[in-house]
Amino acid sequence: MASTVINQTVGPQSESLTGDGQWPLWEVFTQSEQGAPHEHAGSLHAVDAEQALQNARDVYARRGGVISLWVIPSGAITASAPSESGPFFDPGADKAYRHPQFYKVPRGVRGV
Amino acid sequence: MTSPAPSIVPAPVPKPNALFEYLQRLGDDRLILGHRLSEWCGHAPILEEDIALANVALDLLGQATVFLRMAGEVDGQGRNEDALAYFREAVEFRNCQLVELPNGDFGFTIARQFLFDVYDVVLLDALTKSTNGELAGVAAKSLKEARYHVRHSGEWMLKLGDGTDESHRRVQTALDELWRFTSEFFAADEIDAELGASGVAPDLAALKPQWESLVREVLDRATLTTPIDVPRLPRARGGRSGAHTEHLGHLLAEMQIVARSHPGAAW
Repeated sequence: MASTVINQTVGPQSESLTGDGQWPLWEVFTQSEQGAPHEHAGSLHAVDAEQALQNARDVYARRGGVISLWVIPSGAITASAPSESGPFFDPGADKAYRHPQFYKVPRGVRGV
Repeated sequence: MTSPAPSIVPAPVPKPNALFEYLQRLGDDRLILGHRLSEWCGHAPILEEDIALANVALDLLGQATVFLRMAGEVDGQGRNEDALAYFREAVEFRNCQLVELPNGDFGFTIARQFLFDVYDVVLLDALTKSTNGELAGVAAKSLKEARYHVRHSGEWMLKLGDGTDESHRRVQTALDELWRFTSEFFAADEIDAELGASGVAPDLAALKPQWESLVREVLDRATLTTPIDVPRLPRARGGRSGAHTEHLGHLLAEMQIVARSHPGAAW
């Protein structure tokens, strides 16, 4: 029998309430199996890391299929700006040689 | 040969089946508390907590289903878990009174849940060593859920106790009101004694210090005062033998109305 029943996770502390009166927002990442990447599952509100983890468990992991959870304060994510998506992403699209399909596989190469 | 004169002494009340009684206690605690928690559905402070409380309620109802199904089998009268949940009267329910108390404010609900969750963990942990293999198995499965429940309610005790002046005051008031109801957790009677002798059920008195130290540890950290066991208010008793507060009847009226209005209905 453990000597304590609570398990306070050490993690980022809560920020103050967001402008809309809601608790701070967290992004949730779930991992479905060992070695698989943690994938973005959604977001939720919580006042601190432990509560974010508990809420993520209840909202995103209760029906199984999850072996690991990450929660990250939404504010900690730096995102590319939608307005700059053109200059930011387009240059790669017209350079066919950046894609493997551009190259012919030489005869005699097996197992590709 | 003359038949014996009719006796004026009432026939002795048959001794209740101890295991049937005990399984009803386990099942009814969880059924009634699960129903109480389900009343928060759509009313919790935020969406995430609404989902969390509903999840705990569903866990408890799931556990109640198993314990009451086992109770029905032991009883052997052909009653399944639904028959026991929906067609018994208040005096036939064997839950402790704490779980039937109305939800009050969020602080009261959390304090009630926390006190029960710690009891649940301590009791189920002991029941995993039961000489009744089926009971030990169900306890082991339920213990996993209970460990999460107490992590949730314990975390809230810290937040409310060590939060604002108002949250502290509300949760302390709730604790003070609830404390006298916790005596029923550990009040052993002849049912516990009979099942304890065969190793089916644990010694409740031995579990109390464990419960107290786990509760106290969280309350201390939450800057809350552990209510002292003084006979200021009458201790709750009798729930295990069918004596309940007025609140259970109202709860049952709502819980049982559909099943009783449409007996045998399936959906």
